[in-house]
Amino acid sequence: MQHLLIPMLTGTLVAATPLIYAAMGELVAERSGVLNLGVEGMMLIGAVTAFATAFAGYPAFVAAAAGAAAGAASSLMFGVLAVGLAANQYAAGLALTIVGSGLSGFIGHRFDSSTVTSITRIHVPVLADLPFIGPVVFNQDPMVYLALALTAAVWWFLFRTKAGLVVRIIGESPQSALAIGYPVIRIRYLTTMFGGGMAGLGGAYLSLAYTPLWVEDMTAGRGWIALALVVFAAWRPWRLVMGAWLFGGMSVLQLFVQGFGLKVPSEMLSSLPYVATIAVLVAISRNPRVLRQNAPLSLAQPFLPDR
Amino acid sequence: MRIVLEPRAAPRRLMRVAAPLIALLATVLASVPILLALGLNPLSTLKIFFVEPLNSPNGLSEWLLKASPLVLIALGLAVGFRANVWNIGAEGMFTVGAICAGWLALHFGAGGHAWLLPAMMLAGALGGMAWAAIPAFLRTCANTSEILVSLMLNYVAALILSYLVNGPMQDPEGLNYPQTSVFAPSAMFAPLIAGLRINVSIWVTLGAVFAAWLFLERSFVGFQMSVSGAAPGAARYAGFRQGRMIWLSLLISGAAAGVAGMMEAAGPLGQLTPVISPGYGFAAIIVAFVGRLSPLGILFGGLLLSLLYLGGEAVQMSLNVPASLARSFQGMLLFFLLAADVLIWHRVRLKRA
Amino acid sequence: MAGGRHAGADEGLTPRLELKGVSKRYAGTLANDNVSLCIGHGRIHAVLGENGAGKSTLMKIIGGALQADSGEMLWQGEPVKMASPAAARRLGIGMVHQHFSLFETVTVAENIAVALDEEFDLTALAGKIRELGGRYGLHVEPHRLLHHLSVGERQRVEILRALLQDPKLLILDEPTSVLAPQAATRLFGVLRMLAAAGCSILYVTHKLDEVRELCDSATILRQGRVVALADPKQVDSAGLARLMVGAALPAVRRTGCSREPIARLRAVALSTRPPDAFATALRDISLEVCGGEIVGIAGVSGNGQSELASALSGETTGRADAVLFDGEPVGHLTVAARRARGLACVPEERLGRGAVARMPLTDNTLLTAHAMGLIRGGLIRRARVGALARSIIERFGIKCAGSSAPAQSLSGGNLQKFIVGREVSLSPRVLIASQPTWGVDVAAAAYLRQSLIDLSRSGAALLVFSEELDELLEICDRIAVIHQGRLSAAKPCTGAHLEHIGLAMAGIGPAFQSAA
Repeated sequence: MQHLLIPMLTGTLVAATPLIYAAMGELVAERSGVLNLGVEGMMLIGAVTAFATAFAGYPAFVAAAAGAAAGAASSLMFGVLAVGLAANQYAAGLALTIVGSGLSGFIGHRFDSSTVTSITRIHVPVLADLPFIGPVVFNQDPMVYLALALTAAVWWFLFRTKAGLVVRIIGESPQSALAIGYPVIRIRYLTTMFGGGMAGLGGAYLSLAYTPLWVEDMTAGRGWIALALVVFAAWRPWRLVMGAWLFGGMSVLQLFVQGFGLKVPSEMLSSLPYVATIAVLVAISRNPRVLRQNAPLSLAQPFLPDR
Repeated sequence: MRIVLEPRAAPRRLMRVAAPLIALLATVLASVPILLALGLNPLSTLKIFFVEPLNSPNGLSEWLLKASPLVLIALGLAVGFRANVWNIGAEGMFTVGAICAGWLALHFGAGGHAWLLPAMMLAGALGGMAWAAIPAFLRTCANTSEILVSLMLNYVAALILSYLVNGPMQDPEGLNYPQTSVFAPSAMFAPLIAGLRINVSIWVTLGAVFAAWLFLERSFVGFQMSVSGAAPGAARYAGFRQGRMIWLSLLISGAAAGVAGMMEAAGPLGQLTPVISPGYGFAAIIVAFVGRLSPLGILFGGLLLSLLYLGGEAVQMSLNVPASLARSFQGMLLFFLLAADVLIWHRVRLKRA
Repeated sequence: MAGGRHAGADEGLTPRLELKGVSKRYAGTLANDNVSLCIGHGRIHAVLGENGAGKSTLMKIIGGALQADSGEMLWQGEPVKMASPAAARRLGIGMVHQHFSLFETVTVAENIAVALDEEFDLTALAGKIRELGGRYGLHVEPHRLLHHLSVGERQRVEILRALLQDPKLLILDEPTSVLAPQAATRLFGVLRMLAAAGCSILYVTHKLDEVRELCDSATILRQGRVVALADPKQVDSAGLARLMVGAALPAVRRTGCSREPIARLRAVALSTRPPDAFATALRDISLEVCGGEIVGIAGVSGNGQSELASALSGETTGRADAVLFDGEPVGHLTVAARRARGLACVPEERLGRGAVARMPLTDNTLLTAHAMGLIRGGLIRRARVGALARSIIERFGIKCAGSSAPAQSLSGGNLQKFIVGREVSLSPRVLIASQPTWGVDVAAAAYLRQSLIDLSRSGAALLVFSEELDELLEICDRIAVIHQGRLSAAKPCTGAHLEHIGLAMAGIGPAFQSAA
């Protein structure tokens, strides 16, 4: 049992990483009032783009960047509809998910079940040899560490800079922000594209490191879980990381439960992340005070500036 | 030069009908560069996509057969969308409905009872409703987003189906394939015309179209739902209970999706397998929007999307293009539709910067 | 422009701001038509006009939030293009909006920081806020979250935000609509201090007494055009009103009140707990409204009016015997049940609450009038709905493109007439009206007030919430004051002292010691 704990914890951090990227991007977008249900589609586009780039021989970080760029570009489809034309944000996000799923399946068709070399892990010199935390914390691939750096950067941006403050006030009242003179539409485009880029990066991590191969619809609902994580985190970056670790742990659990000698049907274990998502959503939604203070008031409401 | 959208005081009615047609045209035009990039001849590919599937009696039968569940699910979803209740879990309700109907078929099929098919339909409806009751309960009692809950339940339902066809409901003589036994004839819909797969279940769908029209356009409850979706503050002011609207929307869409699942299982499939829906739950969302959330529009929207499905299969068979391309086109159709819809309540002006 | 002089005001210099022939087409109507305006250094200039005259649009153009279609603007004699609010700020124009552009989930200092173009340093800013606040008597604690502040305090934040930019021109849009009378007087003191220091002030309002008390000169707008340039010290209120409306102000007839002995609507020790920190708690409210009378509730917005209206109409439910209708406990009943007993309600917001913006007037009639035989067997009787809608339109003289016109296509005054007309046509036993003439032009407002009086004289019990004290004194028989969730006793209007009511609105005085 002891020997399983280390791979489990390591696996948790790895499994949490794509969720952190995708959900953090969506968190910033939602803080500005934009609800993008297209995260699943953007992750898939990022995944297939990164895989194709790596398959063509480019180094991993180029592939990851390509995935991020593809995610950001695809988010524009949603952005034009939801931000530019003030269309219904739920439907626009669903359109993006459907297109993303279709396009990625289509592009990835010829990569079906191919593999690429996974991203090499970083071995931090002395610390990685520490007895327990060494392998878990100090022997991960760079993108795991980057995800945590991203969290710190987003937190600092939102709560310590003027630009982040502007994003937050736009999320509360775009009309008032516009009256003061901020280009609400332009800023919402930027946050949407940031969300897309991060979702693409999360997808890239899936196809480059988590399981370095391509399968159609390989995100298996992670984009939706990312959306739920943003709510669970009450739109706060560090809480989001906690949530991602929780889910990472749960999705890893099913791989290791046999080691614990329990006979549980595999489908039941596979359903754990989804059931758990529902459970945490219920838990957080029951507290209206926390939500009222943190939920962006204008979230998902179409906004057209009057000129 | 700047493009500015100006709100209109009154809607442009012509655009309501024109928007889906504009969206279709735009999708077709947008597909041309993609097809060219694939090295395909756009004109002949589009012909295979849109014209060939309808070229034979069998083709027409398949077209109507596939449109039937799409229309039925979309009718249920439209009721909810009007009330701003976003049921993304139609896939799961479809699956659970099929499971419940399938269970009845496997246990009572041998007896050749006349009541079996209606009972299966009821079971499908109840199954779908039970699955929809979960997000309804969580939304009304715990203020939880029905979008995320119903979506998560899609995956759970698929896993339950997988477990059942691999285990308890597996065909004992099926060589360990993940599938149930084929249903007995009394548990299946009889074909409408011999030799074709189209069956009597399309009458159920047509009946549902009429019932939906009555409900949405003529009933007071339907009016309450429209108000609830358009202006929740006005609904509260007028005394329309939001909780009731949420339950009603989700239960209706659950029942519709569940019956559609039963129709698929007792019709073209004839058994349960791990994958019983080629994404009907999501396609139905597109049908609902293309159909302007109105029953007659949904009828046409269902026929259109059914054609897209068949075209995708045809192109896959003759040109070896993966079926996911058709899914992209479905998504693009929704995208262009949402863009065209903007013109109903806004006019476009060019302004000097 | 003859008028009072202030020490330090410069005369004979180029005007600070001049508008020439400014026009703007907005939302399909000509909001501003060839408007010209001129204001000198250290002057307080009023822009006077009724609701819908084009004042707010004009201020948005000056403030850079909107671009004029034609005409020019001169700042200190030089032509300028006010391309954005930031550009206007850089020139030295500060705006205090009517509807504050403040953000509730962040602090006072952060609210002010977002509107300033300087470096982001909250600690230094807090110091400046305290210092400036002390100088002008606008005290506010910089690190408090905005939603903890009262409406009056929030206006101080809005004003401080404008002052911290060291403005040369300060525009105030209907600033006293959220202030008790004493606070308004204090505000005037601040404005006079600013003018004395050389700042020009544009004061936008529809309140005639304020213009006469505060301003040196006034531009009067009617239907988008400048109809007069007046010296308030030399024209009386009636004269100003005539210029504003174009005719004599319609008078409201109020016959004697024949009050029934038994209360139709009663609140008994009504208390509520707010769901979050953003709402006001009601504390031990007792109230009685009888058939045949109009009871008014005065108070600055944000003191519990919406919560009280909500508790009485049924949108929030509570203890059964906290609200009595014809003697029966209804506190636990929902809106539908109370409406079935004869309650009708005119809400604060027209679009989004009183009516659905994109739905036609026929559907909006069905919204609350469905019990008038418009439904049979669960199905809507369209012919009857259409007939009722048309009769309301005709009876109340509503200007619209027919009964199938969407609610949002009506002007504010016409939509309000429709909503009030719809509720009146229900022949209610009790009508609760919140801000019944807010944002409505003078003619429609007079009509609405008369309709309310006529309704009460026909036997209904009316409860009216309003922020306009004059309106309440004009139509009500008894008046009470609400302050921070507590209600004073209702005293008869005849013989009511404005000062006492004003004090009560600020929470001072004996009114709250013995609430009946």
